[in-house]
Amino acid sequence: MALNLWRFASPQVIYPIAGRMAPMFMAAALVLGLVGLYIGFFVAPTDFQQGESYRIIFIHVPAAWMSMVIYLAMAFWCAVGMIMNTRLSFMMALALAPTGALMTFIALWTGALWGKPTWGAWWVWDARLTSELILLFLYIGFMSLHAAIDDVRRADRAAGLLALVGVVNVPIIYFSVQWWNTLHQGASVSLTRAPSMATTMLTGMLIMALAAWMYSIAASLMRLRVIILEREADADWVREQIAPAWRGART
Amino acid sequence: MEAVLDTARENRTGLAGVFVSVVQRDLLLAVRRRADVLTSFFFFIIVVSLFPLGVGPEPNTLREIAPGVVWVAALLASMLALHRLLAGDYADGTLEQLVLSAQPLTLLVLGKILAHWLVTGIPLVLIAPLLGLQFGLPGDALAVMTLGLLLGTPVLSMLGAIGAALTLGVRGAGGLVALLVLPLYIPVLIFGAGAVSAAMSGQSVEGHMSLLAAFLLFSVVVAPWATAAAIRIAME
Repeated sequence: MALNLWRFASPQVIYPIAGRMAPMFMAAALVLGLVGLYIGFFVAPTDFQQGESYRIIFIHVPAAWMSMVIYLAMAFWCAVGMIMNTRLSFMMALALAPTGALMTFIALWTGALWGKPTWGAWWVWDARLTSELILLFLYIGFMSLHAAIDDVRRADRAAGLLALVGVVNVPIIYFSVQWWNTLHQGASVSLTRAPSMATTMLTGMLIMALAAWMYSIAASLMRLRVIILEREADADWVREQIAPAWRGART
Repeated sequence: MEAVLDTARENRTGLAGVFVSVVQRDLLLAVRRRADVLTSFFFFIIVVSLFPLGVGPEPNTLREIAPGVVWVAALLASMLALHRLLAGDYADGTLEQLVLSAQPLTLLVLGKILAHWLVTGIPLVLIAPLLGLQFGLPGDALAVMTLGLLLGTPVLSMLGAIGAALTLGVRGAGGLVALLVLPLYIPVLIFGAGAVSAAMSGQSVEGHMSLLAAFLLFSVVVAPWATAAAIRIAME
């Protein structure tokens, strides 16, 4: 008998699974983050051109990757929700949004810190920076629109449509350094050619990227649990399985 | 063309006929409520006039900032006019009837956007050369700016329609629509203002204009459909 994947579209099934998985991903994020930072700050050699300040890429690049990946994931779940009419998909999209906004903010902030010693300016209006800033606005717009509509079903679908409209921006960010000849340097890591950096630098960055993935998954799953409880507060399974514990705690 | 319109007007059940009557109805409403339309028009002029007062009357500086100032003002004026596009029809139930009608909502929405652009976009395009002249723009830059606005303002109306539809009947819709729509306007701003700057420095404007035209074609295909979907979500 084939595994019934539809079972996992049920908030009731996902709630305990997410509860078990979130701490594991968070532990992985912590371990990988420590290892990655150690390699980044102590093992990786000093850059020939940029000196020590280049080390910020160990946080900057993974955060920038995640900011785009999370937006795509969010738009994906919105599309699934609108096509299949599954409640959990919208909850997942909503759970991803704050983490995505955080990653976008970190990418912009660390970029500013790196830009000051390297370019001599905290901020330049080049294509990649501007489009990353638009991405932050899109995340904020998504969350604000969702928060402004009281009817949850309508809020889900309206914000979902907005996320899908905004997805046009992601390829623009990604290819901006190729399409326009900008101040922001091109990609340092590519699947198709040899890396343009030392192996230890690359290892450190990939480990940090993995840590960012683990953290994002863990944070989203934890947020997902809260959203599920909030929305399903009147469902039988919450009353029977979750609420008795609360009642006990309150008395 | 006139004959086609006449037959379309007589035969209001055909797609072209329905489209024409939606446009006519919205134009008629705009004519009856002139003050609404004039607000965004004068807003545009006032915002542009504020910059020389704030920046100072130095002609070279003004000439340099003129493309950006006119385009940003056009963005804001176009956004300010968005509440007229759907909110009135939503409040009095007309929009519900449009959703329920047998005609494709995408087409009706396209008609509404076209009418909205005719009353809010065209006046901006027509007055822009005069404002550019006040900033001391040379003749060819004025022509490029007007052409750019002609290509760009319909894109603003199209993208704005999506935002207007998403915020129908929502708390604090005015501020929210700015948050949703302005980020989507940015590409139009960059290439619209970029074209004028390129013309002033003697470079070719073909690339900028082609991209603006591409935005227009892309938004004609996507925006009415997305707006219709957003209206359906609001009506559920």
